[in-house]
Amino acid sequence: MAYSVDFNLSPIMELELESLRGDDTAQDSMCQLIRVTGTGLESGSPKTLEMDVLTTESRDRLASQMSDVRERADERRLQRSEESMQTNLLVRNRWSAATLRVLSSMPSRSVGQQSRLEIISQCNIRSTQLRRYHRQTKDVSLSSRPSIRGYGIEADSEDVCEEETKRQELVNNLQSLSAGDRVRMLRAMPLSLAEKTKLRKLAFSDKVGQSILSSQVPCCSLLKRTLYHILFGCLFILSSLQLWQVALKRLGGRFGTGVLSYFLFIRTLLLFNVFLFLINGLFLVLPQAIHPPLHTPSSHRVTGLELFTGTGYLSNSLMFYGYYTNSTINTSCRPAEATTGTGCGTTSDPHMMAYNIPLAYFFTIGITFFITGIVLVYSMSKSFGRSFRVFKSQGNLAIKIFCSWDFKVSKKMSVRLQSENITTQLKELLSEVKGGEEKGRLSGMAVHLLAWSISLGSTFFCALGIHCFAKDMHLRRLEDAEGEVSLVHEARLLALPGVVSCGNLLLPGLFNLMSWMENFNSPIVCLYVSIFRNLLLKVSILGVLCYHWLGKIAAEPEQHGLQCWESFVGQELYRFLLVDFIFTVLNTVFGEFIWKLFAQGVLRRRRKPVFDIARNVLELIYGQTLTWLGVLFTPLLPAVQILKLLLLFHMKKSSLLVNSLVAFLPQSSLLVNCQAPRKPWRASQMSTLFISLLCFPSFLGATVSVTYTIWTIKPSSGCGPFRNLPFMFHSGKQWAQELKSTNPKLAWLNWVHSCLVENPLFLFLMGGVFLMVIYIHTQIVDGQRKIISLLQEQMENEGKDKKFLITRLQAIHEERQYPLSPSSRPQPQGSEV
Amino acid sequence: MGNKQTIFTDEQFEAYQDCTFFTRKEILQLHGRFHELAPHLVPLDYTNQPDVSLPLALIVSMPELKENPFRHRIVEVFSEDGQGNMSFNDFVDMFSALCETAPRELKTIYAFKIYDFNVDNFLCKEDLEKTLNRLTKGELTPEEVNLVCSKAMEEADLDGDSKLSFSDFENMISKAPDFLSTFHLRI
Repeated sequence: MAYSVDFNLSPIMELELESLRGDDTAQDSMCQLIRVTGTGLESGSPKTLEMDVLTTESRDRLASQMSDVRERADERRLQRSEESMQTNLLVRNRWSAATLRVLSSMPSRSVGQQSRLEIISQCNIRSTQLRRYHRQTKDVSLSSRPSIRGYGIEADSEDVCEEETKRQELVNNLQSLSAGDRVRMLRAMPLSLAEKTKLRKLAFSDKVGQSILSSQVPCCSLLKRTLYHILFGCLFILSSLQLWQVALKRLGGRFGTGVLSYFLFIRTLLLFNVFLFLINGLFLVLPQAIHPPLHTPSSHRVTGLELFTGTGYLSNSLMFYGYYTNSTINTSCRPAEATTGTGCGTTSDPHMMAYNIPLAYFFTIGITFFITGIVLVYSMSKSFGRSFRVFKSQGNLAIKIFCSWDFKVSKKMSVRLQSENITTQLKELLSEVKGGEEKGRLSGMAVHLLAWSISLGSTFFCALGIHCFAKDMHLRRLEDAEGEVSLVHEARLLALPGVVSCGNLLLPGLFNLMSWMENFNSPIVCLYVSIFRNLLLKVSILGVLCYHWLGKIAAEPEQHGLQCWESFVGQELYRFLLVDFIFTVLNTVFGEFIWKLFAQGVLRRRRKPVFDIARNVLELIYGQTLTWLGVLFTPLLPAVQILKLLLLFHMKKSSLLVNSLVAFLPQSSLLVNCQAPRKPWRASQMSTLFISLLCFPSFLGATVSVTYTIWTIKPSSGCGPFRNLPFMFHSGKQWAQELKSTNPKLAWLNWVHSCLVENPLFLFLMGGVFLMVIYIHTQIVDGQRKIISLLQEQMENEGKDKKFLITRLQAIHEERQYPLSPSSRPQPQGSEV
Repeated sequence: MGNKQTIFTDEQFEAYQDCTFFTRKEILQLHGRFHELAPHLVPLDYTNQPDVSLPLALIVSMPELKENPFRHRIVEVFSEDGQGNMSFNDFVDMFSALCETAPRELKTIYAFKIYDFNVDNFLCKEDLEKTLNRLTKGELTPEEVNLVCSKAMEEADLDGDSKLSFSDFENMISKAPDFLSTFHLRI
């Protein structure tokens, strides 16, 4: 928020001196004065704040002689502008030595001073605060005046021994902190590396003291730390492998932070999928692969189409749900003896390691979803914290100057483009500031209404179309199933995914056209609107498909002629994923080319295509949603997604580098042709938005449908690990009951299971607690926002106080020096300006 | 890896890891980059902490810094003598302060130093103008530059002395969430 501090001194002055008014001229002269004094002080070494050895009187005499000439000129000016006495005080350069000394040692002048003593003292204070915080004692004096920032030191003494004592103090403070805090403090100190190594050597030398003190650290923080390490250790190891480090650097250097965030998002998704794949592979696929069930070998013609449709020999493979048995594998059992019954281990030693496949299936899927959820929510909250802005800044010129240059950009061309970008933005901001009128745009309500109705209507019709087409496809498949299985019939399975992908490709283009027609005033609003429309499209498509699969097919599998509906749904998702990928490849390779022709031919502009970040990210999220939906039915689907992401990364990277895409704006190409480049979207908000989109519509939706499947849909009786069970989660229930009967000591597990998994009350309680925690946090944030605005007010007041005190000091000095001179005495009346 | 024994001692690695945001591998990488700037000057063996510093001209020829408009100021700020001659410690310091995991406070302090062209611990109007000219590469007219600088000064200067002290700068940076991601050099 751009607020200007109004230095109208009138309220304060009137109260105290009853004579004075200030105005802009006073402020200007005051500023000039301070600047002159400041430069005079700092022209020497910046470290010395003390004045030279001149007696007060001689100095003042000298100053007064010099300023007499200036004073005459000033008085003339003053008389002309009818200024009051107070401005006389400010304009004259006869500042006493006392005033100057006070001015020079003001804490605000010494904040940011680069003297080593200052830095060490500041670190001292911080480490003391940290130590005190750990020992839980309050120290009020340190935080009483936020404007002085807890300095508590005299700013003018600069003895060498003072530095040594301060340094010794700092070392002592460091030694008393825990190891982690010590390292953190060391790293955050703005000293040179050589100094830090010296400090470190002194602080870390006392190893004995360290171990004693670390044991005093409360145990809950240790526990927290170990939990943290265990829980996120694997993921952090993976991320620290620095996958694609070189490629990302090249992309960041060439195209900036915006495009880079897209590729970083691909990497994040890859890590999620690798995690899913590893857990599933280890606990689910591997045991079943080692002990394959007996299957009647069915003859399938091996054509290449199976890879795309997932039928044929793939349908009886580890890929899909139908392959998995509901047996308990015993390690001593030979595979030939394993039947589809309860397995061969019933009569053998009960202490043998038995691996219950249905249970493993249920718990693996459940636990992977749970952990993924936690990690998503954690990274989302971290991202939110980083990008949180207290004020909505408008007219943020200063921020634009200091924070908009992306230091990562290193190629000459990109640097030039970046500077052009910034120049244009500054010109725009300047024109806004000057109060220029914006170009007339068609921003009427009618246009918005039209655009929205077209978008929503097209989404609705698309969803309806897909619904009808899917129904039609099922009927046709039913017919085909009765006849012979031919290649054409199998290829028809790919029709629905094809139609859906077409819709996903074409409709966003329509939305972009709408946005261009609407001509939003603020590019941020335009962006959010476009994201919302795209999201709505994808959600409705997925909703229709889920309704088909879970509502229609799963409920009445016989009507659709399916023995194993779960495998069918798994295959459908597999097909969708593949076809989506194929269409993306085609779009990337040919779509840009077609757009270039269109742009040159119709729009008559030699524009290079633009990398539409938001749209590409939504496609990624769509793919990930399909993966999460399909994990229950196709345990190996994450592997497919991993391959897809790897290929996508390299393909997009090459296409970007080959086309040397120029404008890296989040809007689509149609928006950029007429206007100057808009303000780029803030990079930090990008990653926050991506992660929250991944968490909320995508992951939540997938979780809801998986939960719905597990809790309410009857599994098919002919295939899969949950056959002959009324519902999927009954596997866990059965196991718990078995446990109770075989091993009474573990009966409490059964109770736990029935409480947690079967009782919905627990979930509601958890949900309630979660919401309450969120509410508390929002209230805290609100409170903090209020405190910040209060502190800002306080800062303004302090500035006014400072001005007042300086003038008062000067006034007193003048009174004392020239008690009889009438011209300098402040007159009680002041003229209105 | 056998190299590690001959370049740095274990104690040096520990010190680097505690005082910077880099891991062992990254320190070695940095040493490699430092070495390739001047292979005949920079020794491969740093165990006895040789006092070698490279001049400014060599450091700013690095591809990461070559096109950066503030490269001279960056190198000057992090060099021990303020003239731009960097030892390996200064080199590591520079990349550590500008790396992804450096905290906001540290980055703000160094950003302030970098933008302070006349090294008077204030960002006065001249500093702002110089920054702006380097950003826009002289595309704005002097009148526009003047206007932008006065507007920016007005926005950010809280105590009315028409200079930005460190606290003004820090306050302004705290309102910009992008700062952490833009003020970042990747090695």
